[in-house]
This record gives sequence, C-alpha cells and structure tokens, in this order.
Amino acid sequence: MLEIKNLHASVLDIDDSEILRGIDLKVNRGEVHAIMGPNGSGKSTLANVLMGRFDYVVTEGDVLIDGKSILKLRPDQRAHLGMFLAFQYPAEIPGVRPWQFLKAALDSKADANGEEKMTVRNFSKLFDEKVEAVGINPQLVKRSLNEGFSGGEKKRNEMLQLEVLQPSLSILDETDSGLDVDALRIVAEGVNSMRSPDRSFIVVTHYQRLLNYITPDVVHILVKGKIVKTGGPELALEVEKNGYKQYLSEVGAKA
Amino acid sequence: MTNQNTISRESDLSGGEYKWGFVTDVETDLAPKGLNEDIVRLISSKKDEPEWLLEWRLKAFRHWVKLKEEDAEPTWAKIDYPGIDYQDIYYYAAPKGMNEAPKSLDDVDPEMLATFEKLGIPLQERAALAGVAVDAVFDSVSVATTMEKQLGELGIIFCSFGNAVKNHPELVKKYLGSIVPYTDNFFAALNAAVFTDGSFVYIPPGVRCPIELMTYFRINTEGSGQFERTLIIADKGSYVSYLEGCTAPFRKTSQLHAATVELVALDDSEIKYSTIQNWFPGTPEGEGGVYNFVTKRGRADKNAKISWTQVETGSAITWKYPSVILKGDNSVGEFFSVALANNHQQADTGTKMIHIGKNTKSTIVSKGISAGKGSNTYRGQVLIMPGAENAVNHTQCDSLLVGDQCGAHTVPYIEVRNPTARLEHEASTSKVSDDQLFYLMARGLSEEEAHHMIITGWSREVFKELPFEFALEASQLLKVSLEGAVG
Repeated sequence: MLEIKNLHASVLDIDDSEILRGIDLKVNRGEVHAIMGPNGSGKSTLANVLMGRFDYVVTEGDVLIDGKSILKLRPDQRAHLGMFLAFQYPAEIPGVRPWQFLKAALDSKADANGEEKMTVRNFSKLFDEKVEAVGINPQLVKRSLNEGFSGGEKKRNEMLQLEVLQPSLSILDETDSGLDVDALRIVAEGVNSMRSPDRSFIVVTHYQRLLNYITPDVVHILVKGKIVKTGGPELALEVEKNGYKQYLSEVGAKA
Repeated sequence: MTNQNTISRESDLSGGEYKWGFVTDVETDLAPKGLNEDIVRLISSKKDEPEWLLEWRLKAFRHWVKLKEEDAEPTWAKIDYPGIDYQDIYYYAAPKGMNEAPKSLDDVDPEMLATFEKLGIPLQERAALAGVAVDAVFDSVSVATTMEKQLGELGIIFCSFGNAVKNHPELVKKYLGSIVPYTDNFFAALNAAVFTDGSFVYIPPGVRCPIELMTYFRINTEGSGQFERTLIIADKGSYVSYLEGCTAPFRKTSQLHAATVELVALDDSEIKYSTIQNWFPGTPEGEGGVYNFVTKRGRADKNAKISWTQVETGSAITWKYPSVILKGDNSVGEFFSVALANNHQQADTGTKMIHIGKNTKSTIVSKGISAGKGSNTYRGQVLIMPGAENAVNHTQCDSLLVGDQCGAHTVPYIEVRNPTARLEHEASTSKVSDDQLFYLMARGLSEEEAHHMIITGWSREVFKELPFEFALEASQLLKVSLEGAVG
C-alpha cells in the first residue's frame, strides 16, 4: 500500500535544514506500524511530508501509494486517495462547525472519486453515531471547529473525523500526547475497531504507552531523520525500559 | 410547491468573473447629461410630482451647488479615485414607456422581465411562493412591485417611491428628509435633488409584516447615475424585515450610485434592514466599477429597534455608514457588516450609533476582508449624549487579510458625554493561516474550498443575522468575489 524510498526532506526555503535523511519504509495493507523516536527525530515531519504539507520540500527519494508516486499531489488529492493525517495540533477554524466541515470533506472525496454524495439524512445519522462512539461532547461539535476545545477534545475530534472518513491509510501524529488514560483508550479503541485487512495505520508516538492499547505489527525507531531499528512489538517495550540512548549514540547524536 | 429562494443564483456561480455584467437592450428615455435646475425640474415633471416636492428638490439642488462651490465633497474617507465629473452623468434614464409606472407585470417590457429572470429575481407568482414581495428598480425607475395587493389587506404599503408620492403624499411629506435632511452631506444633497425612484414601506401600528420585503436595484444604462431613495416607516409596535440587492453591468467607465435610505421606527417597533451589495466592482485591473456613496440612517423611538445587516462585495468604491439615532429610551441599534475588498476595490464603511435616550443599547460587528490590492477601512462613531443614562455599546471590528498586498484599517471614534455609559471595543486582525489551509486540505477540500470555508466561517456572526436564503447567497457571493485572490 505505502512505500517510502530513500526519502529526504528539508524545510522549504531554508538551507541545510534537512530533517528526513533517507527513510525507507513499507506498509502493507492491514498492517499497523508504530514509529517511535525522541524529540526532534523527524517523526512529525515525516507525518506532515506524507500528507503533503507545503512548508517542506522533498529533495530526494519517493513516496508511493499502490505503486504510484504521490509527491506531486496536493494534500486534498492525497486525502482523496484515502490518506488521513490525525494532527498533533489541529488548527482552530472559527465559525466552521465540525458537522459542516466533515460533510464537505466527505463530499469532496466522493466528487473526486466519481461517487455519489451521501444524503444529509444519512450523514447526520452516521455523524451522530460516531460522535457517541468517540465520546465527544455533542454540544462541542455544534461549535466552531477546534476553537476552545481542550487538548483531549481536539484529539477526540480527530478520531471522530477518522471514523467518519474511513481512510485506507491513517497517520496518527502523536495523537496520544496530552491524553489521559480514558481518552487514550478511546483513541486505541477507534483504531482497533477500524483495523481490517484493507486498512493500514502509521502510529507516530514518543511513548510506548499508546502501544499498550494498540498492538503494532511493526515498530520502527526513528532517530535524526533515519530509521535505525525495526522490529516487532517487543521493540517498543525495550525502548520503554532503556530509552533512546543507545540509538542516539548509533547515529552520533547527543542524548 | 417549489422551494424558490429569494434570489436563487447559486447554480450560476461556478465561474470566476462577475456574472451580472450583461447589458439589457431596452430603449431608454434619457435626459441630457449634466446637472442644472432644468434637469431637476425635468425629473420632477417626468414623475408628475406635486409642487412641494419640486420645491424641496430645488432647495436641495441649491444647497448642493453651494457645497460644490465650497469644495465640500467629503474627502476624509480612505478612498482614492479620480474626481467625479458631475456634468458627465445622465441623471435621468428610464426604460422607454415607463414614464407611467406599469399597472401590472403585463405592462413591463419583456426584455426587462427577462433581465430580472436572469438575475434570479422572482417577479411573478414565484415571488408569492418564495414568500417575498419584490420591488425592482431598473436604472432609475421602479418597474414592478409584487404582492402589493395582498400586503394592502394588512394595511401595509410597499410600493415604489413615485407611487407613494402620488398615493400617500401625507406620509411622504411628513417623513421625507426627517432622518437624512438634504443638508446632511454632499451626496445626500445630490440625492435629494435628483432621486428618481426607490422603495417606500409603511407598516401600520401593531402589524407584523408576514413576509420579507425586497427591493432589487439594477443600473443598466452606461454613464447613468443611480439615485434612489428609500423610506421605511414602522408605526408603533410593528415589525418589518426588508432586503435589498444590487447589481450592475460590466462597464469600463465608472458609474455613480448615491442613494439615501431613511428608517423611522416609532415606539415599540422593529426594522430589520439587510443589504447584499454587489454592484459591479470594476475589472481586476481596476477599470470601471460603481462608486457607491450611500447615506443610510434610522431613528429608533422608545423601545424600538433598528438592525442593519450588510454584505458588501461589489463596487469599486464603497462609502457607506448605516447609522442609528437611538432617540427613545430603551431603544436598540445594531450593525452587522461583512465588507470585501478584492483586486482594486476600496471600501470605507462602518456605522454611527448616536445614543440620546436612556438605557439605549447598540451593537456593532464589523468584519472586513481584504484581498488582492484591496483596501478596507472600518470607520465608526459611537456617541453618547449627556441625557443617555446607562447607555451600552459593544463594538467588535475584525479584519482578515488574504495575500500580502492588501490593507485593513480601523478608525473608531468614541465620544462619551455621560459617565454612566459602558462601552466595549474589541478589534482583531488575522490572516488565513497555512495551518488552517493545510488542515482543511488534508481532509480533501481544495485550496479554494478551504479558503471559502475559512472566510465564511469567519463571517458567520454576520451571516447568521441574514434571512436564510440571503445568507446562502452571501456566502456564494464571497466565493465568487474572492476567486483569483487565492491560489
């Protein structure tokens, strides 16, 4: 499904700002991959570059979805292919209701793929179901998108979108940061309930604790813009115990 | 029953340019260009007006001449335009055969009806289905007013200004110029001298007007000015919601529009006045466009309320300050505005809230969007007079910038002469951020859709004050008006 080949990326218009320094990664359909790493290792950059954020530039390498390069596609086109980024810091959009926003997102995806748009009635039903499932305060989704939401509410709102849009490749960018245990469980339940042979996930996280609830198929350790180790779920436990120190020394970085 | 919107243009709004730029080919009865006493007399005689009205026009004209000689054309607004040659304008342009107002729609030139069809204005029985009564003003003459009869049964008068002069002279005489006297300002004097038509509304005591009243203004003839005059009187304890829409053809020369609107809200009444102003804004290079110099003011008596809502997307220049004189105790004044300046458009708009009565309350929400090389200025005045015990004002001015060549300015004046007053002023300036755009695009919205969603969301506080169909239209207008400004 997703193949990343020797991916190098820098910050746009800034010299010597390379953050991703040759990443290779393959995520098959139905797999859950965890990407772990210390602060500043490039985890969030990777997530944003995959989704096509404008202020990064890919200098080398390629990203393929089902064998086709997506590097020239805009973020909306990537979304139409079934990609989804759950943001670490979702933007606040005053005056836009989550309902209205999600309906528009769903409609644009249907449009792009030549599918019929969901009726308002069906959408409302789906939306209400998911609001309940994600445990978001129903009053909240009548307000402005993310405006005045607490950190936890923002994350739940990301999960709400994930569940409504049903993407085939979801990238969760530190969705666990700032969450209490209950919220963490809801995020995990969302991912687990959506796990299927057709859907893939990349879970970006600093800590191992989310992985107590979501068992990944593969764990990667990202340090200084490179994947330094790949393993099974046990790798996450090892990091939990010993920290990132040993990997930092491997790439000559300071702890 | 079809669900006909007040103006259902959504389906036409796919492209990028001004959609209302077509010209209707109707024969026009034109008075010679230029302005002098003879023209004023001619207009008055064409309209078959009584002597008192001609006298009033002439006084206004002489006052205007004096102001012109004193070089008193206002220059304090932050707008920049080549001087207007007042002798190079047609002051009277009427569709031929319209000297007499048509008795029914059957008398109206089919070309003209087709124009309003094209604009999506329901003039025929569709208007009834839509639950609006429409008055259409083409160049300077009111061509059709629908549902006059049905409204008449409630004692409501909704007709062209010309008809009001003929049929309800006592009301016109009593209130004309009572809120905006011809001495008010340069453009008000000009309007009083040469106004040709407009709308007139009277709601009897205790009557709640059951439908929206709407006037649709259209400038057609090249080189003609449009000077309409609107007078709305809500008698004691009555209510009315009134809408106006405006468009003009695509012209490379500028056109002058100088209107006057007077609202009289007697004790315990309420007037809600909504405007969607979409006059031709000029070409993207800044050629042509309508110069929109408008004086709008209302007086709220005891316990009365006047609410102005405006969405200003058109015109090359907008100079407009809908105001409320809060004369009666407990009266309320509101002003909600979204003004867009794209390309070379310049908007200098705001409001005046003049608190005279006790416990008067005013609210100002102004949202200015600047894009391209547009310049947007909020100019407002809140005046608390000595007798206005416990007056309250809340003002909120927000500016949104799209791109980096536009400008936003805020000029609030506050004058308080009573220490019990409470005033709040909030202001903000923001840009559509990359984070917001990326967030929406990552969910599948195109860059244009994302911009549109962010901007209409930002304008929502004002849009929600509009009648539903109008809010939809306003949102679509913003979308069209901003095309080319993003990306």
